[in-house]
Amino acid sequence: MAVRDDVVNAIAAFSLFADLTGPQLEEVAHLFDESFFGQGERILRQGVSGSGFYIILEGTAGIRVDNVDRSTLKAGDYFGEISCLLGEVPVADIVAETPLRCLVLPAAQLEGFLTAHPRIMYRLLQGEARKLKNTTKWLS
Amino acid sequence: MAELGQKPFPPGRYRLIVVGSGPGGLQVSYSLSRLGVDHAVLSDDPAPGGMFRRWPVFQRMLSWTKPFAGVDHGERAYERYDWNSLLSDDQENRAVMPALMDGTSYFPSRPEMQKGLETFAQRTGIRVRHGCRWESTRRDGKDFVLTTSDGEYRTGVVVFAVGVAHPYRPPIPGLESVPHYGDFRPVETYKDRRVFIVGKQNSGFEIATGLLPFARQLVLASPSPTKLSVLTHTLVGVRARYVQPYEDAALAGGVVILDTTIEEVMKDGAGYRVRTRNAAGRELTVAADDVIAATGFVTPLRDLPALGVATFGQSRLPAQTPFWESATVPGIFFAGTITQGAAGLKKHGIPSNSGAVQGYRYNARVLARHLAETKFDVLATRERMDAETLVPYLLEQVSHGPELWHQRAYLARVIDLDRDAGITNEGIVPLQAFLDSGGGDAVAATLESNGQGNPYPVVYVRNAGSIAEHPMPPHELLDFTGAEYREQLRGLLEPVLSGAASPA
Repeated sequence: MAVRDDVVNAIAAFSLFADLTGPQLEEVAHLFDESFFGQGERILRQGVSGSGFYIILEGTAGIRVDNVDRSTLKAGDYFGEISCLLGEVPVADIVAETPLRCLVLPAAQLEGFLTAHPRIMYRLLQGEARKLKNTTKWLS
Repeated sequence: MAELGQKPFPPGRYRLIVVGSGPGGLQVSYSLSRLGVDHAVLSDDPAPGGMFRRWPVFQRMLSWTKPFAGVDHGERAYERYDWNSLLSDDQENRAVMPALMDGTSYFPSRPEMQKGLETFAQRTGIRVRHGCRWESTRRDGKDFVLTTSDGEYRTGVVVFAVGVAHPYRPPIPGLESVPHYGDFRPVETYKDRRVFIVGKQNSGFEIATGLLPFARQLVLASPSPTKLSVLTHTLVGVRARYVQPYEDAALAGGVVILDTTIEEVMKDGAGYRVRTRNAAGRELTVAADDVIAATGFVTPLRDLPALGVATFGQSRLPAQTPFWESATVPGIFFAGTITQGAAGLKKHGIPSNSGAVQGYRYNARVLARHLAETKFDVLATRERMDAETLVPYLLEQVSHGPELWHQRAYLARVIDLDRDAGITNEGIVPLQAFLDSGGGDAVAATLESNGQGNPYPVVYVRNAGSIAEHPMPPHELLDFTGAEYREQLRGLLEPVLSGAASPA
C-alpha cells in the first residue's frame, strides 16, 4: 500500500529524517507503507509477533503495559524499533488515542534500511539515547 | 430476475443498500440473501463484473484457476486452487470458473472472468438495479440518503463495493497530461516507439510485458526498487507473469529499469522528455515517444470524505474496522477490493489478500454474517463440537480450509471453549477482532507466512482473558494433519479443554 503524496512533506520536518535531500526523502517514503488506526485500536500487541517499525504521521498513541498507560507518542515519534532490533515480541501495547496515521516498515527490513541510511541510523540512535536518559532519570 | 423492462429496487427506503456489482458487491449480496437479509443492490454498470468488464488491459487475469487439483470442483477445499470463482453455499454454484475456461491457460482471460461473474449472478438470482449511478450522499437523522441518477435512496446501513479503479497520477509536473494505464492504445500503435512507463508495479510491468514485441525501447521508472512476488513469497511485488521485462533489463536488452524520482514530464515536439533525479543526486533526462502513467488507482468515494470517512495511503482507501466498517462513520461498510483498507495485523509486513477476489470474497461472506447478526437480529447457526473431534478438525482447517489459505494471519477459524455452553464452532472471524475484542476461553487457528518459506499454522489460545500465540512448524508438503501436529495442538488446548469438557 503506497503512501499518500503529502507524506514526503510531512516527514521532511521529522528529526529522524533531518539530514535527507528531497529525492532521498522520496525514496524513503516509498520504502514505507502507510497505515491508519481508528481511535482505541491497537497497533502493537504485547506478546504478539510479527510487528514492525512505526513512525507517527498524524495523531497520538499511548504506550500501555499490562493495561496501565505509561506515556503518549505524537507526530514524528516512532515505536516498535526495540522489538525489531532485538527480534522479540513487543513488551507493550501501543494504542491509538486519536485516529492515527503511521508509516510502517516490517521488522525484517529495518536492518537493511538503517545500514543503507547511516544518517537515519544516527538520528535513531540519538532518539534511543534520549529514551534511555529519560528512563534513567525516572528510575533515579 | 426482474421482469423485462422493469428494474428492481426503485428509489425508496431499504434496510440495507449495496453499491456496486463487481465481485465484491455480488458476493456480499449473495451471502446476505442466504442469511435472509433483504437489501437493494445499485450499480452504475449495465451488467455485473465491475472492473473485469474492462481490465486488465491485456485481457488476461493475474489470478489463477487450477483445473486439476486432486479435489472435486464442488468441494469447499477446491477454492484454494480457484482464485476467481465467487463462493456459493450450494455445491452446484461453486467453482463456476473452471467450466468456462478454454483450457489454454490457468489464468482466465478477462472475457472468461466477466462471463464467470455474470453466470454466478444469474444462477444464484442476484438482483441488481443496473444503470443507476450513485452521485452523492448525505445524512438525515440516522439514515444515509444516496442521491442517484434514478432518484433518492434511504438506508441505515450501506455497503460500498465500488472498487479501487479510478486512475491516479502523483503530482509530478507534466504527468497530468500523459495517458494513464486505463488509456492504453491498441498495442500495435506502439510499434518501434520509445515508451517511458512511470511506475514499477504490476500495471506498469503488465504494459511492459505486452509491449516487448512492439516497443523499440522501454523505460520503467519510480523511486524505489522493484519487488518480486517470488522473492517476497506474497502478492507484494511484480508477479511472475510480468517478470520478462525484468529479465530483459537484467540481460541488458531493450528494457531499462530506473530507481529514480521523476521530476518533470515535458512535451518535446511529438514526443516527451522526462527529467529524473535519483537518491544519489544523479540527474538523467530520457527522451520518449510515449509516456504512460502506471501510477495506480484511487477509491472513487465521491463525497464520503466530506461526510467524515477517513482515508489513507496513495489509493485513498477508507480506514476500516476489522469488520470493514468505516473507522470514523458508523453504518458505512465496504466490500470488494476496498477492504484492503482494513489491514488487520499485517504480520511481518505481509498484507492480506483483501485486494484480490480470492481474498475479499471471504471478507464479504464474513461481513454479511456480521451485518445479519449485529444489525438485523439474524443469528447464523453455529455447530456444536466435541472435544474428541476438535484437534483433527482444526488441523484439517489449517491444511485445507480455503479462508485460512487465502487470508493468512487475517481470517481465523474460531472455536469457543465455554465452560458452560460447551464447544462451539464460531466460524471464520477476522483475527484482529478475535485478538482485540476480549471474551471467554477460545481458540483461533490461522495459517501465516513470514515472507521466507512455507506458510505455517498459528494457534491463538485465549484462556482466562489472556491470549497466547503458538506458531507451529512449517511442513514441506503443506500437510499439517500428521501426528506431530496432533500432539502439539492437543498439548496447547489441554488447559482450556479440560475446563470446557466438564461443565461446572
